[in-house]
Amino acid sequence: MIELVQTYWLYFLVGQYPKGPLGGLALTVLLAALALVLALPLGVALGLARTSPRRALRWPVTALVFVVRGLPLLMVIFWAYFFLPSVTGRKTDQFTTMLIALVVFDGVYLAEIVRAGILAIPKGQFESALSLGLSTPRTMRLVILPQALRHMLPSLVNQFVATIKETSLGYIIGLTEVSFIAAQINTQVFTRATEVYLLLGLTYFVLCFGLSRFAFRLEQRLSRREAARLAPAASHPPLKAVA
Amino acid sequence: MIRFEKVNKWFGPYHALVDVTETITQGEVVVVCGPSGSGKSTLIRTLNRLEPIQSGSISIDGQDIHRRGLDVNAFRSRIGFLFQQFNLFPHLSVLDNCTLAPVSLKRVPPAQAREHALALLDRVGLAHKAQAWPSELSGGQQQRVAIARALAMQPPIMLFDEPTSALDPEMVGEVLLVIRDLVRDGMTLVVVTHEMGFARDVAHRVLFMDEGRVLERASPDDFFNRPQHPRAQQFLSDIRSPFARAA
Repeated sequence: MIELVQTYWLYFLVGQYPKGPLGGLALTVLLAALALVLALPLGVALGLARTSPRRALRWPVTALVFVVRGLPLLMVIFWAYFFLPSVTGRKTDQFTTMLIALVVFDGVYLAEIVRAGILAIPKGQFESALSLGLSTPRTMRLVILPQALRHMLPSLVNQFVATIKETSLGYIIGLTEVSFIAAQINTQVFTRATEVYLLLGLTYFVLCFGLSRFAFRLEQRLSRREAARLAPAASHPPLKAVA
Repeated sequence: MIRFEKVNKWFGPYHALVDVTETITQGEVVVVCGPSGSGKSTLIRTLNRLEPIQSGSISIDGQDIHRRGLDVNAFRSRIGFLFQQFNLFPHLSVLDNCTLAPVSLKRVPPAQAREHALALLDRVGLAHKAQAWPSELSGGQQQRVAIARALAMQPPIMLFDEPTSALDPEMVGEVLLVIRDLVRDGMTLVVVTHEMGFARDVAHRVLFMDEGRVLERASPDDFFNRPQHPRAQQFLSDIRSPFARAA
């Protein structure tokens, strides 16, 4: 296995870069990061629309959520790959195709998380913000979302972890992300599939586990701050995180 | 001046307000009482458009407040509304609760808004809690912060929806004292409350409601000593000797 790593580590990490396009783990991380960064605002926007009292906003988004949620991600990728160019008239590269598919797919799932988070905030919070004269958008931005996002954190992380793993489906449209590279390596060494895919699995695990741990830390910090608010005079030191 | 003109409101089939016609003059302190479910809260919630009405009209200084095209947010910022459950923003400090609306709406410079908020917190006796979180405060303190928060918008009218009903008995007094302080300032106040002692002390007028109708309007003295409507008489005797009817 060591010999395998020694031979292919650079190819695994960056693909053919710098002689060819960027690939491998670097591309996976880049794709996942961009998808997260773009899907979250989309999810918040769609989630707000889903809870809007205006039908013109709510209905189309609700329809979108139901359609996308009813399709496998693979289908969405195929649509982005085959359908999108026929609309725009231009061939989209695999990275952009995959990014669009992920952002739409995850945006829809995030929308439902955001919706749940908003609905969990007591009605009195909306009413008191509105009665102070805040508009609905301001109420959302200044009062509701800051509270709701805090409650959503565990579910958001869940979805983010899923996004990282979903990038592996880029394989199907020939995107040279880390799964594709692993498959390439496997065809080159041929007899060592177990080891190759074990390493690939380990790679995904480390990425996802890292994100989970990061989120866990964040959650702990937030809840510790909340505990400090609730019990300002507590004599005992804050509980240590179980590492 | 606030004017209700044949106001009707339904919750589905339930007729919550029935032909309410009433005038509240500027600087008047009106206490609305009546059994639960009588429409008192609904009445004041229609007054800042937290609830729509189905017929009739409500006007303030001659302006129909339920008309289309009204700038609802600007309108609401001129009416303070206090809730039974205080509804402070838990993610903001006491001070930030009080400066949020003035800073984001009126474009008051933050420093000036802070100064004003501190003066208001001082007025409700809580300047020393400015940096605290709402969850660190007792119910009575939270309600006083809520009053300071509403005052920060300098509204000429304040509405109180059972401001002391969620409080432990020993905290009721501190909140009522703050409200009485507002009365001295000549603010227009509409207070839905079960605190009859308070009504007697500070109200200029008492409205008694039942089943969505205003059944009696009288001075506190007349209302408590010489109630006219049988339903009002029953209500007063029920709250004076709660066990009389059950016995």
